[in-house]
Amino acid sequence: MGKISLEVNGRKVEKEAPDNTLLSTFLREHLQLTGTHIGCDTSQCGACVVHVDGNSLKSCTALAADVNGSKVTTIEGLETNGKMHPMQEAFKKLHGLQCGFCTPGMVMSAIDLLQKNKKPSDTEIRDWLEGNICRCTGYQNIVAAVKEAATKM
Amino acid sequence: MASLVGSRVERKEDKRFLTGKGRYTADINLANQTYAIFVRSPHARASIKKINIDKALKSSGVVSILTGKEIADDKIGGLIAGWAIRSEDGTEMKCPGNPPLAKDNVNFVGDPVAVVIAESLAEAKEAAEKVEVDYKVLKAVTSTADAMNGDTIHEGIDKNLCFDWLLGDRQKVKEAFDKADKVISIDIINNRLIPNAMEPRACVADYNAASEEITLYTTSQNPHLSRLIMSAFGNVAPEHKLRVVAPDVGGGFGSKINVYNEDIVCSWAAKKINRAIKWVAERSESFLTDIHGRDHVTHAELAVTKDGKFLGFKNETIANLGAYARVFGTVTPTYLFGPCATGVYEIPAAYTNVKAVYTNTAPVDAYRGAGRPEATYTIERLVEKASMELGIDKTELRIKNFPTAFPFKQTLVHTVDSGDYVAGMEKAKQMADYKGFEARRKESEAKGKLRGIGVTSYFEACGIAPSAAVMSLGCGVGLWESAEVRFNPTGQVTVYTGSHSHGQSHQTTFAQIAADELGVPIENIDIVHGDTDKGTFGMGTYGSRSLAVGGIAIVNACKKIVEKGKRVTAKMLEANPEDVEFKDGEFVVSKSNKKKTIGEVAFACYLPGVRDEMKSPLPEGDEPGLKETSFYDPSNFSFPAGTHIAEVEIDPETGHVKLEKYTACDDFGRIINPMVVEGQVHGGLAQGIGQALYENAEYDETGQLMTGSYMDYTMPRADNFPEFNIGYTCTHATTNPLGVKGCGEAGAIAAPPTVMNAVIDALGGQEVTMPATAEKVWKACKNLKKSNAKAA
Repeated sequence: MGKISLEVNGRKVEKEAPDNTLLSTFLREHLQLTGTHIGCDTSQCGACVVHVDGNSLKSCTALAADVNGSKVTTIEGLETNGKMHPMQEAFKKLHGLQCGFCTPGMVMSAIDLLQKNKKPSDTEIRDWLEGNICRCTGYQNIVAAVKEAATKM
Repeated sequence: MASLVGSRVERKEDKRFLTGKGRYTADINLANQTYAIFVRSPHARASIKKINIDKALKSSGVVSILTGKEIADDKIGGLIAGWAIRSEDGTEMKCPGNPPLAKDNVNFVGDPVAVVIAESLAEAKEAAEKVEVDYKVLKAVTSTADAMNGDTIHEGIDKNLCFDWLLGDRQKVKEAFDKADKVISIDIINNRLIPNAMEPRACVADYNAASEEITLYTTSQNPHLSRLIMSAFGNVAPEHKLRVVAPDVGGGFGSKINVYNEDIVCSWAAKKINRAIKWVAERSESFLTDIHGRDHVTHAELAVTKDGKFLGFKNETIANLGAYARVFGTVTPTYLFGPCATGVYEIPAAYTNVKAVYTNTAPVDAYRGAGRPEATYTIERLVEKASMELGIDKTELRIKNFPTAFPFKQTLVHTVDSGDYVAGMEKAKQMADYKGFEARRKESEAKGKLRGIGVTSYFEACGIAPSAAVMSLGCGVGLWESAEVRFNPTGQVTVYTGSHSHGQSHQTTFAQIAADELGVPIENIDIVHGDTDKGTFGMGTYGSRSLAVGGIAIVNACKKIVEKGKRVTAKMLEANPEDVEFKDGEFVVSKSNKKKTIGEVAFACYLPGVRDEMKSPLPEGDEPGLKETSFYDPSNFSFPAGTHIAEVEIDPETGHVKLEKYTACDDFGRIINPMVVEGQVHGGLAQGIGQALYENAEYDETGQLMTGSYMDYTMPRADNFPEFNIGYTCTHATTNPLGVKGCGEAGAIAAPPTVMNAVIDALGGQEVTMPATAEKVWKACKNLKKSNAKAA
């Protein structure tokens, strides 16, 4: 057991957790932030992507202890004053989601893309999202949503 | 009021999904819950000699360990096949028992033999490692083609044959073939797929000792059907003491139709230990134990005249059922397959013969399209081959054999009410710039690349399905759907549907329908589904039935509301009910300015009286309240259809296939929400293209799944696709009041033959099996080079 101290979605949290607790497990089980999803056990699907100190990370690839002291943003932390982030708005407007399961990771990953590349081409968007699997949308509307968000961010 | 049907209404469900407030089964935690881990067979086929749980029981935190013996002692029933299929010789199909926990034999890797229940997940995992199962390993049967020659898997089921089914007339087909100028034949494999909904299966079972009620939260596409099966066959609890809730479900694609072992075991065990139990599949468990799809080996022949008229069709298929026959396992390769195998063509004589075999692999059941992708792949590959052998343009050959009038009495079963296949073909050709292909082929050739174009024209039978028809064919239940439309006294509306949305957008599209029918703003309408305690009953979502069956139930319930509203308005305004018209949410007495809004009428129905007067707004015979139910049983299937065209470019140096263009032109009848339909088409295409180019479930000869993770099973990613070019033609279905047909499966049905026809066209007609991986295509390119060199 060890103490995990993080700033999650702008709030300081401190919890005891077993040393082998994954960040994804810590968020879901210890903080009840169930918006971060677990879709696989090989760090392939990307449903668990969150931001750690501003960069996207598959939260199943890191121990909570590894990121001790970091600032973590999850899908629950994107709204400001009840208003959705432009990426969330774009996904809604352009039907970039269906069942919603891959969506949190997809949105977090896409936001990081635009942080690093303000006007990505279709190919750059598709390449970036290679680590996020969606089974519902065929990706087309996700790509469109990322492009739309790029005009708003 | 503008009609919402036909509009791109943004989805009501999106905000919760986009802000992390979705509530999936794995997100549910109950007070004092325990955690389950299943001990699964590592062998494909073995008998269980002994299970020793002594060490595991002493492990920390263990609450209970249960095996096949306890579940048999408690007379808990097994998993079932939902359709009884008869063989050509009249005998009934042969199904083995499928206990929720195997007691004597295991039949595929992943077959569960015990459940370990502990205070924490980590403790359950640790204890599960200590369960000792002594197996006698037996020789596994894994090959679809050779299954009938393998060892007998299930006692008493000779040749591992579940049934040997025939649809059609062999004699007529023989006569047709005798008259043919040419016979085109093909041998194809429809590769096994793993559905891979992104949310792994999960369940949380709870027992309330006071009410003696079990509540099961589970990842299901059809909670009412699951409850019925678990109650009637599983003997878990009577239906009124079993509540099944399927909350937000992260995709299904058919894989969440079935009641699974874990649902039954956790429900039963929760009552036994009087505590809640949570189980969440790891992805590797999903790979092993979710139902798989497709897996056919087919020989098919088409008899043609020299000018390209189709005379006869025969289809000999071996379909792999996996280890056990499950809910839609036996109907998928029969009535969902055979009738569609003659495609969109007038073929005077046809038959389909299917031998369904057991193997030591995961059960195979309905996966997006279910039977219709296999059927379409068979006929469309054959037609494309015929066009090459006859030297007739692939689109002209198809048009030549399209039906000329509707209703179209299709060769084997269906009467297709509506369609215009020629219009679909012409529009698809225009969208794809079919004419310009040869120029593009030359451009590719100039770069040293091979370019191919492939076409598919398809129809599918969906809107599943008329109860009397399907029950006559062996279905264990009727496939109607119910809806309940409930006005609240203050005017908002709650619609309860027996359909289930796990991505399909019912919360929005069903509300659009109800809003138009009732003239109530969409924000005042809620769609409720997914809970057997809410809503009457329902058969769930699969077979593109939600709108074409469930949506019509909503329309019919709304119409009953309007009828009652007219009677009540007439009484309130002292008019004849026949003189009351309903439009845009208002009941108007014709030729007068007297009217009531539907909200006023609803209020009056719930508060039927006035101060100081003995006066009711309710006509004699009408009860208070405003709530109506409809059980809608369709009169026919619905028949979406269309033409898809794909263009690929192959690099002969690497064998890499690049999908350059994909055009889909579909006829789904009336479209409720174009945005949602586009999403359904895109998703279906991605799965169909995945089958053609990427995905394949493979077992080795001992029955180990070689593709059991995302490292080994190629899931299509964003960079695998071009932007799809999609469009529509529209003929309204004549068999339902909305004129709708269904759109969820079209992409998965049409894409595999479209892409493969393009690949094979690029390869000069050389056969390649799905998925057309770089290795296979590279080899074919080398053969092509050799044969070209010879020819030169």
